[in-house]
Amino acid sequence: MITLQINNQSYTVDAPGDMPLLWVLRDLIGLTGTKYGCGVGRCGACTVHLDGKAEHSCKVSVGSVGKRAITTIEAIGNTPNGARIQKAWIETKVAQCGYCQAGQIMTATALLNHTPKPSDADIDAAMSGTLCRCGTYVRLRQAIKNAAKA
Amino acid sequence: MSNTASGFVESDAYIRDLMNAAAVAKTGNPLASASLPLDRRGFLKLAGAGLVLGFYLPGGVRADAETPQAAGAASQSPAINAFVRIAPDNTVTVYSKAPEIGQGIKTALGLIIAEEMDADWNRTVVEQAPIDAKVYGYQGAGGSTTIPRAWDQLRQAGAAARAMLIAAAAQQWGVNPAEITARDSVLTHAASRRSATYGSLASAAARLPLPDPGTLKLKTRDQYRLLGQRHRGVDDPKLVRGAPLFGIDVRLPGMVYASYAKCPAAGGKVKSANLDEIKAMPGVVDAFVVEGNGRPTELMSGVAIIASNTWAAFEARDRLNVVWDESEAARESSSELAARARQIAAGKFPANAEVNVGDVDRAFANAARIIEAYYEYPFVAHANMEPQNTTAWWHDGIMELWAPTQQPNRGQALAAGVLGLPEDKVVVHQTRVGNGFGRRLLNDYMCEAAAIARRVKGPVKLQWSREDDFTHDFLRPAGYHQFKGAVDKQGRLDAWQEHFISFTADGKNPSAGANYSYHLACACKAPNLRRGQSLMNLKAPTGPWRAPACNAQVFAQQCFMHELSLAAGRDHVEFLIDAVNRDVPELAPRSREMNFSPARAVGVIKLCAEKAGWGKSLPKGRGLGLAWCYSHAGHAAQAVELSVDANKQITIHRVVVAVDVGQVVELSGAESQALGACVDALSMAFGQQINIENGRIREENFDIYPILRISSAPAVIEVYFAPSDFSPTGMGEPVFPAMPPAVANAIFAATGERVRAMPFSRSGYRV
Repeated sequence: MITLQINNQSYTVDAPGDMPLLWVLRDLIGLTGTKYGCGVGRCGACTVHLDGKAEHSCKVSVGSVGKRAITTIEAIGNTPNGARIQKAWIETKVAQCGYCQAGQIMTATALLNHTPKPSDADIDAAMSGTLCRCGTYVRLRQAIKNAAKA
Repeated sequence: MSNTASGFVESDAYIRDLMNAAAVAKTGNPLASASLPLDRRGFLKLAGAGLVLGFYLPGGVRADAETPQAAGAASQSPAINAFVRIAPDNTVTVYSKAPEIGQGIKTALGLIIAEEMDADWNRTVVEQAPIDAKVYGYQGAGGSTTIPRAWDQLRQAGAAARAMLIAAAAQQWGVNPAEITARDSVLTHAASRRSATYGSLASAAARLPLPDPGTLKLKTRDQYRLLGQRHRGVDDPKLVRGAPLFGIDVRLPGMVYASYAKCPAAGGKVKSANLDEIKAMPGVVDAFVVEGNGRPTELMSGVAIIASNTWAAFEARDRLNVVWDESEAARESSSELAARARQIAAGKFPANAEVNVGDVDRAFANAARIIEAYYEYPFVAHANMEPQNTTAWWHDGIMELWAPTQQPNRGQALAAGVLGLPEDKVVVHQTRVGNGFGRRLLNDYMCEAAAIARRVKGPVKLQWSREDDFTHDFLRPAGYHQFKGAVDKQGRLDAWQEHFISFTADGKNPSAGANYSYHLACACKAPNLRRGQSLMNLKAPTGPWRAPACNAQVFAQQCFMHELSLAAGRDHVEFLIDAVNRDVPELAPRSREMNFSPARAVGVIKLCAEKAGWGKSLPKGRGLGLAWCYSHAGHAAQAVELSVDANKQITIHRVVVAVDVGQVVELSGAESQALGACVDALSMAFGQQINIENGRIREENFDIYPILRISSAPAVIEVYFAPSDFSPTGMGEPVFPAMPPAVANAIFAATGERVRAMPFSRSGYRV
């Protein structure tokens, strides 16, 4: 049995230690906002925060999480930057299919947490690990800037 | 002398396929169904919550090329219907009948209904309609056809609801209905100073007869308050909070998870597998062989692993050893096919030209200038961000399916066929779809889930891995084009000969997506034109990929047009316009489905050139390139300004898109489609390539199949919509095809190097 702190709630799951956090969240706990995209840490759709740091949950084994606080897309709106990013996302109409957007929002929120006024280069560096197959990058960049101004 | 046949207009098998799928919903051939029975009482019930209106309405009309007002006259598609529900608290619910795949259709379809019924958009909820062809008609999303198909029907549905509400108010108030005005879900009779909400009138309205659609007065464009404006996405508040909207998010009580292993070489069958070892693995519930029916679009032979979660299923999959019977499987290699295509191109032009206008040989003999060129592009994958999946539950003699699909009706029919069930025993629930791009016009994963669920107690979610998704895709076919063109002494396009080498799956017809696009006949109107095709056998399955046929052929054709304009010593834009305006009767579209218009084409070319500053002088190393296309009922032009450094690193400074898709339904979403299409096209043009080796697809994940990253996306993409009174057509596809040739033409302008192959990375270019 492994106990996890997710979105300020405690969960105990019966999972082997090498099971990726992604599948623990999605299949065992039912938090499906975090998305499966590639399983090898190359698309960013599964991004969550561990103690505020953006991580690819498909590459994090559940046994390695320890006491670190997990935040997912379902609760990121409870943080000031998460709420700003979500609002900017809606107002800028970033999403097309929307599948990658949980990963984008989690990554962008982590960016603002560290860099409140990101430059284009900061945005490129932070966001280049999260792929968008619809190609929403132009508005995504604009939304991050709008959120940083808010 | 001329042999245009119907090639140009009917050749797009993909569209034809869609139309046939639409026919499943009703009777016979949709193109011949001008006189459908008009059953206006199709569905009407008074629900406890308020008014539920259902309509069978005629419509499904495509935009007409030259006379926007005539569009309503020719009904070509099967009847569909639309739903409106009004609750006592004045909340209006409208139903979106088509899949949301990222094209913004749920918002757009909702707006069309709300506009005509004068609903308060802020208090309108858009819900996904149930999948039921008998009620809704065709419910697919593909070929940029959803908006043109739905335009008349949804407007009539909205107008009918409004008319019934007005009639109810007129009865209650004892006034002339013509004196009642509607706005934001409230009716007002100014003379008697009375007003009432839609919600308060809904029950009374529901008791009235449905109006004859012929008597409904639709709004004129100047009366629109919602359409043409910017609106937010109706699901975005849920989306940004990670709400379970997608197929992959479906969870049912007691659900188990499945992985399905098929032969990596298309066409292979299971001989044997280590099922006992797999069944003993932790978390594994069962493992079994599924026979399949041998159809790649339905159910191929494979091994199903059932487990208590996705990861356990994937882990067991890694330990699965299958002995495949590959006697019928694909063995081809893409590099060998490319080499063979080059040999074929170097040989004789095919004897049976499918289009032969004028006298190409005589034109070449008298030409002022002749040039030849060979263009090619590779296979590419759809790489939908949401890997294919379907949740299936076999219970009470019914197969229930939850699927992210572009063709739910066809999925229902195919799953029923695979199971040997009547269609009404298969129920399909439409989920949001994490990318379509044509991949989900195929329903293979739905059939697999259904077949697996027949052998599982309780609900089961079939989840493809990313590797499954790449290796069992229906690829955009590679293509090879040998061109020979001539310009005359006046510098006009005089002759065009194109030998297109592509593929066949049945030894006779082009493989899916390997047919000639109709762009050529619209954009390259040479008075002497000969077009032929040579087909190589291919077992790897191909399929529709965003803007099928156009997505790569337009690259070859629009680049060669640029080469010809340079050979003619003409301004490229002038040369393009001349080739569009040329009157070559044999090349005129023959189908009513086509709404190609030379005037609209010239309009977008000119608009694009003007906004891009065509003709301005640029510093050394910087180039401006332009291309245009007619695709999926839309006219679009793109201009790209870029610079190239000594290492062939490209910086795109600016992209200008000019597009005419008729009236714009929802401006922000339409613009978003253009922005995304430019990025998607760059992604394909610069880096994407699928290699097949011995029948196996080599690229299995994003580590070696590059999707463009934000750091490579253009900083500035400007989108201009041509002012247009035409009925609206789709935005998903028309804005894609001209982007790669615009870039290649700009590279030539900047460097003098002609790039004749995609991906451009093959020539050392990076973005």
